[in-house]
Amino acid sequence: MSEANNPLNVFHDDEGAPQALSQAGRKLDLPGVRALLEKSHGREYWRSLEDLARTDAFQDLMHREFPRYASEWEDGDSRRNFIKLMGASLALAGLSACTRQPAELITPYVRQPEELVPGRPLFFATAMPLGAGSTGLLVESHEGRPTKVEGNADHPSLGACDVYAQASVLGLYDPDRSQALTFEGEIRSWGAFLGAVQQAITQQKAKRGAGLRILTETVTSPTLAHQIEEMLAAFPAAKWHQWEPAGAHSSGAGARLAFGQPVNTVYDLRGADVIVSLDADFLSSGPGSLRYARQFSARRRVRGDQTEMNRLYVVEPMPTPTGTKADHRMPLRAADVEQFAWSLAAALGADTGGRKGTATPADKWLVPLVRDLQKHKGASLVIAGEQQSAAVHALAHAMNAALGNVGKTVLYTEPVEADPVDQVASLYDLVKDLDAGAVDLLLILGGNPAYNVPVELGFRDRLKKATLRVHLSLQEDETSELCHWHLPTTHYLETWSDCRAHDGTVTIMQPLIAPLYAGKSAHEVLTMLTGQPERTSYDIVKAYWAAQHTGSDFEAWWRKAVHDGVVPHTALQTKSVPLRAGWAAAAPPPSGARGLEVVFRPDPAVYDGRFSNNGWLQEWPRPITQLTWDNAAIFSPKTAQENGVVSTDLVEIAYRGYKMRAPVFIQPGHADGSVTVHLGYGRTRAGHVGTRIGFNAYGMRTSAALWQDYGLEARKVGSDYLLVSVQDFHALDTERHTIEKADIAEYRKNPNVIQEDYEQPPPDLTLYPGFTYDKYAWGMAIDLNACTGCGACVVACQAENNIAVVGKEEVHHGRHMHWLRVDSYYHGDIANPEIYSQPVPCMQCENAPCELVCPVQATSHSSEGLNDMVYNRCVGTRYCSNNCPYKVRRFNFFLFSDFKTPSLKLQRNPDVSVRSRGVMEKCTYCVQRINRAKIDSEKEDRKVRDGEIQTACQATCPAEAIVFGNINDPNSRVAQMKKEKTNYGLLADLNTRPRTTYLAALRNPNPELEA
Amino acid sequence: MAQIFHHSTNTLSRITIYGAVFALAFAVWCFATLNGSGYVTREGQVRDQPIPFSHVHHVADDGIDCRYCHTTVETSNTANIPPTKTCMNCHSQIWNTAPMLEPVRESFRSGESISWTRVHDLPDYVYFNHSIHVNKGVGCETCHGRVDKMPLMYQARSLQMEWCLDCHRHPERNVRPRAEVFTMGYQPAEDQEAMGRRLVAEYKIQDARTLTSCNTCHR
Repeated sequence: MSEANNPLNVFHDDEGAPQALSQAGRKLDLPGVRALLEKSHGREYWRSLEDLARTDAFQDLMHREFPRYASEWEDGDSRRNFIKLMGASLALAGLSACTRQPAELITPYVRQPEELVPGRPLFFATAMPLGAGSTGLLVESHEGRPTKVEGNADHPSLGACDVYAQASVLGLYDPDRSQALTFEGEIRSWGAFLGAVQQAITQQKAKRGAGLRILTETVTSPTLAHQIEEMLAAFPAAKWHQWEPAGAHSSGAGARLAFGQPVNTVYDLRGADVIVSLDADFLSSGPGSLRYARQFSARRRVRGDQTEMNRLYVVEPMPTPTGTKADHRMPLRAADVEQFAWSLAAALGADTGGRKGTATPADKWLVPLVRDLQKHKGASLVIAGEQQSAAVHALAHAMNAALGNVGKTVLYTEPVEADPVDQVASLYDLVKDLDAGAVDLLLILGGNPAYNVPVELGFRDRLKKATLRVHLSLQEDETSELCHWHLPTTHYLETWSDCRAHDGTVTIMQPLIAPLYAGKSAHEVLTMLTGQPERTSYDIVKAYWAAQHTGSDFEAWWRKAVHDGVVPHTALQTKSVPLRAGWAAAAPPPSGARGLEVVFRPDPAVYDGRFSNNGWLQEWPRPITQLTWDNAAIFSPKTAQENGVVSTDLVEIAYRGYKMRAPVFIQPGHADGSVTVHLGYGRTRAGHVGTRIGFNAYGMRTSAALWQDYGLEARKVGSDYLLVSVQDFHALDTERHTIEKADIAEYRKNPNVIQEDYEQPPPDLTLYPGFTYDKYAWGMAIDLNACTGCGACVVACQAENNIAVVGKEEVHHGRHMHWLRVDSYYHGDIANPEIYSQPVPCMQCENAPCELVCPVQATSHSSEGLNDMVYNRCVGTRYCSNNCPYKVRRFNFFLFSDFKTPSLKLQRNPDVSVRSRGVMEKCTYCVQRINRAKIDSEKEDRKVRDGEIQTACQATCPAEAIVFGNINDPNSRVAQMKKEKTNYGLLADLNTRPRTTYLAALRNPNPELEA
Repeated sequence: MAQIFHHSTNTLSRITIYGAVFALAFAVWCFATLNGSGYVTREGQVRDQPIPFSHVHHVADDGIDCRYCHTTVETSNTANIPPTKTCMNCHSQIWNTAPMLEPVRESFRSGESISWTRVHDLPDYVYFNHSIHVNKGVGCETCHGRVDKMPLMYQARSLQMEWCLDCHRHPERNVRPRAEVFTMGYQPAEDQEAMGRRLVAEYKIQDARTLTSCNTCHR
């Protein structure tokens, strides 16, 4: 369709920009889109504003399996080069086919460990600490190489994993990890460091440690805390400071406001019928979110006659996975969330000291919401977002108290942190001492303060006022370059240590591999300073627990605790904390709205910046926005229009005199008048992957407003920034059956409401050859009602299946390799749409269009119904991806797999081929796991048990949304799910008979609000 | 007008046309023969090893069971090349000064592995599993030949895909009772085909369609 005669075209063209890229090429005209949306009642779902406008560019993306430019040589004058290279590579390929396989060496053990069977992985329990929580893990080890993590079901994280844990294996093998100890940039030995630091310590002894400062991140490790306490006892005038940039600053302050003491809040969603989230992304971020996601989705599992569901109300500025699960979601500016919380608390009769909030758009909820909450006293829950103000946290405490939820859905314990100080005050204290020249020895154990402390402190300059600066870190980063000594530390998979989960449960962490680069843990560095350099982390951690243990059987207790991955009875005791009377008087008054609001949030992928150099996380499409490799200033459509900007424009954002340039991204469902920026980008020393990506939002984050404030100004300064969102790549036609959903009331009235919606052609209406499946027929069901769209499955799949990272330029050309994608779909008004997430792996069709077109039978039907992909046969015609209606096939346009870097070779899963260039690949249902289970079962002369095979995506899913199994067995979980009335196939009208099916999303809106 | 081509050109053209066909067929035959030959497959070639280990001596003369060294053949995908410790179990007592065994002692002293050259080397995209074959009644000898007659180890079969598929299509031609899996020089007491079919049923060996599905070997 040409531009002129396309009545729906609401874009105007930008001369010279690549046409295939909807973001870059064409500028959105938002009033046009809005008018269109009002007119087009037929359009139920849309993927993006570009889809909504049905632009030529989007149509082009939709009709192709890869974007137009994916298969073209982008370099201008290179046709000759191309032919030259092709000629050379053909010749080489021909020649190499004639050479014999090179000789391979076998290097057996000298003394083989008894429990080790070569070729069979062992699993060891440990945990990954992050902030004030941890994820319990079982780490897969192949002959001593950790290759993949799985969740530990005995841990409070219930056996699920988040993206950070899944990607942490790549962090271990990161070739950019610092490999040597340096003094002012020159390599030194640990002995040299010991000599230098002992001199400083001796001086401090005389001064009682008056010049000694220790700066750490939040510490939950009981052993490390004990060591620091011992150190402080030996040096009574020394001080311990903490700074965790994305830490629990607000909830700590909120607890002090409400209770006068720091407490840790733990939720139990099993008993919560009505949940109100005040900007809390409790399903996908923060300590405990894995557990909460599992408990939450268990209450939304509609099966057969069981049609009871919980109800979730969410107010938030930026759409989060939690927001997408809401039955009622309202985009509110972050500051308005507090105002709404005041109004809601007052209406609920909670103690607000008579104060009410100013008016917000969510006020229309108040009456029905209050009624709903009061109907469910003791079975409701109000959750305050970690990034909300202290007052919101205090209000949530007050509301939960008023609703009788405390002790039922809300539990209070002692803090998880070893020393829950006000970290901003702690930093100010340190800066005061630095200014006074009182710091002789500054020991920075982990963290990157030169990069991420509040900007007004000017920490980079002030840091230099410490006489001797020592920094312990995984990588040489922004802080290392300002310190005298840089000490390489151990990755969490390389050391003994301990950490606490969100409820306080301790895990004793055990190493999976000896330190790759002579690093030392914080335990070992501290013990060095106290004159015992020979003690190892193992000695230190074990000695600490031996001292804690009562009874004579310590060795057995220790072995069991290490083996299980949890130390029994270490969850913190719940306690009752009374709300302080008149607390509300101490809450700060609302600040007047002036200008735009800026909202700082930790990035979903790189967190506070510590994961910047992790290629898996950088390339992982962030939930909902589907952005990769960048952060952006995220605007709502209306606010973007008011400021005259569109996606991929560059704006200069100014706030409190700090200025920076940021690309614009328009997110439907974002709050108007508010701009979200994610922290963790703009690193200047992160490594080959993470350096100079995005903009550094820490550059305008002050301690007065760690998370949000008014007063942002945005001015357009440029356009056509290369901002890559994969949302429109691999697009399916949203006018067809992609997402199915219903309200639960509708479903109760008519359970066939989903399946009535589309016709399934009769199975025999096909020219495809029929297959019989005598023994196993593998299938998958994905419950969209449980899926939160957190995206952990994508990284789990990448880790399991040796999927390559391609880089931003290649993603921009549509050449990213993820076998599993999570599509977002929107429904309704662009200001506040319903958002649905749909994980899309290979459908393993029974009538598979890909199989018939392969000229070399590199993809063929297995006896168990898998569409096998044989890499060694593939010649790269790409007919199969051309014919795949689901666009799940990925092609190695170039040599994306890294065959050279030695450390990365250790990470690979030995059970999956590493693919070279020119080869098609796709989801295999983790066929290596299927085969292992099948072989094991046959050796034991039995059938594979239901649940014995878990695909990588299924094993990691916090919501248990993905279920895999044998559909020939009517009792298997997957067969049961496929019998549900909500079961439907993606594009099932094509009669591909997909083995992967979906259970429709159901919502449970409040009837009073619906009317 | 005079003839352009002389009469004898007919013969010449016939020779050219038929000759081309034969030449092409010959080229194909050469390629196929070369590809299946021991030169490419390494069938029958002895590889240089750091120690001239003799299976004749250990298996035939001493009567050591395969599993004494290849410990994981029944449990894992790999049969396991024995650690130096296994050699030293005996050779710390016998032949403990033999110069030929110095690399073994050196390895045991230093903790450095002995680097053997792999004899049976499948491509990296092939996922062969020893344990399932051994458990389903495929003898060591079926793939590795008369190891007890190999003074120096060599590859007895081509290990090409065609050869694998022969057995995956007709397992009854090769299976033997489980008790005979580790026997060298086994002769079936009855008709192999009849016994094979019985054993295939008894050991629940999967049907040819499953055994020849691509993912059985390629992942």
